[in-house]
Amino acid sequence: MESDAVPARIDKRGGIWKQVVHYRVLYVMMLPGIAYFILFHYVPMYGVTLAFKNFLFMEGISGSPWVGLKHFEKAFSDPYFFQIIRNTLLISLYKLFFGFPVPILFALLLNEVTSLRFKKLVQTASYLPHFISWVVMSGIFIMVFSFDGPINELIKALGGDPVLFLADERYFRSILVITDIFKGFGWGSIIYFAAISGIDPQLYEAAIMDGAGRLQRALRITLPMLVPVIAIMLILNMSGILDAGFDQVFNMYNPSVYHVSDIIDTYVYRKGLVEMQYSYSSAVGLFKSAVALILILIVNRIVRTIGGKEYALW
Amino acid sequence: MVKFRTRADIVYDVFIYAVLMFVLFVTVFPFWNQIVTALSGNQGETITFYPKSLSFQSFRLSLDYPGLWTGYRNTILRTVCGVVLSITVTAMLSYPLAKSKLPFNGLITGMVLFTMLFGGGLIPNYLLIKSLNLLDTFWALLLPSLAGAFNVFIMRNFFRSLPDSLEESAQIDGAGYFLIFTRIVVPLSAPVLATVALWIAVNHWNAWFDAMIYISSPDKQVLQVILRKIIIENSLTDMERLTMGTSIDSLFSAKQLQATMICLSVLPMLVVYPFVQKYFVRGIMVGAVKG
Repeated sequence: MESDAVPARIDKRGGIWKQVVHYRVLYVMMLPGIAYFILFHYVPMYGVTLAFKNFLFMEGISGSPWVGLKHFEKAFSDPYFFQIIRNTLLISLYKLFFGFPVPILFALLLNEVTSLRFKKLVQTASYLPHFISWVVMSGIFIMVFSFDGPINELIKALGGDPVLFLADERYFRSILVITDIFKGFGWGSIIYFAAISGIDPQLYEAAIMDGAGRLQRALRITLPMLVPVIAIMLILNMSGILDAGFDQVFNMYNPSVYHVSDIIDTYVYRKGLVEMQYSYSSAVGLFKSAVALILILIVNRIVRTIGGKEYALW
Repeated sequence: MVKFRTRADIVYDVFIYAVLMFVLFVTVFPFWNQIVTALSGNQGETITFYPKSLSFQSFRLSLDYPGLWTGYRNTILRTVCGVVLSITVTAMLSYPLAKSKLPFNGLITGMVLFTMLFGGGLIPNYLLIKSLNLLDTFWALLLPSLAGAFNVFIMRNFFRSLPDSLEESAQIDGAGYFLIFTRIVVPLSAPVLATVALWIAVNHWNAWFDAMIYISSPDKQVLQVILRKIIIENSLTDMERLTMGTSIDSLFSAKQLQATMICLSVLPMLVVYPFVQKYFVRGIMVGAVKG
């Protein structure tokens, strides 16, 4: 009944509703999924109207009075709001700038390894942190960077003075970037391994004939062949620029470094669920979601234009 | 094959291996450091690459801590239930969406896709759970993440790649869509179902934020939140009480107990991970091929 003829005939007789009846089992199958998306995604989307209201506990979202852009005006007149925007953008951009090349270099290096067993070992170890929660990873990092942790032991052994890394505004962002790279570089390299394995071996054979050494082959063939994937990944990463990593920051920061590490998501959490300023918190959250939506629409358009449909999100 | 290695080749290899050995060391060291800290006998000794005096006391104490077992029970429960529910709902939504002739397919696909781009955010979600009276219930951990748009598209693309002829022959034999789905499509889709199930399992295993904001009863709390209290918020009150009564408390630092808890929470992952790793990677490859 999936053949062209049957639905076409139904089409002529009774139109779209006849087809719906024909496929009724499929619609019933979809029911739990559709209900889920409406209830747990579209109802909260209606909930963003809270950002334009003054939330009253007794009245609920729909019964609370409208106040227009009051909460947005409050946010935009608060210097601290700009501090968290600045922190979010800085942390994200640092992560992108320093973290983006690491998986590419890692994939290139590992591609040069001839021992399959060693390659597998390094790969397996590098993927592991991706599967461990930020709660546990943060616990580990807090210990590693603690006053009597291994990093400070090393500094002392080299004749330096121990540093309170996690309570020092000068170091905290760098530690966020380093630990983020630590957790993600292995997993992030998978896409580049896939791209490398897709490179035509004839290119390497021809290069060997021409007398190219291994370094030359890596730099003149492998790397250039990765450029399209690199470009796409870079652009896609740009769309997440407002996500500075809530799980990481929330589990690693402390009040002594709020000034440099408080990001939009942590601010929304504290204002909303700790201080119970539901409407104000929703307004800040909505500002972030709206900008993120615009960014991803732009990014998808760019990817479609330069990379073609198969790389685009839709 | 006899390899002719020049001096430049050897230098190149030495460089590559040296860098990667360093990377391997940096990746493994923090984990190793936790094990060594947890196993060290004396508080205050400088912890290096191996424990100077071996002691399992800290493990014995941590295993006596009831919160650890409560956490494990609830985390395992949410992971198992979450995977079963999510896979069922996701597959039943994805299979019809794989049929491009289905009326309203575009509308429903668009509805699912849009949730990847925009969402209500923290407060509206919290208020929804509250108004559904799901606060402090197990359902609050399962329902909000029931189906993800990304997983729907991964599955839909896989279902599309199955040959139509199989379904057609079953239809000729009189099978309805539901029978085709359960008897033909699901068994053929084991690889993608396994991969998506593993992703969902890891997410449930590691999830902490939902439990932190929705669950208030200690006996319903999941492992990650209990760990968070001990290793990040440093609220060692329960653990302290635990050690205080045993009179050997002076031998243990908070740090050691934290490291022990980290080891005990990562252990199951370390045991299972090498065996399932290839499925995760395969899933990424499946996802990379768009239909």
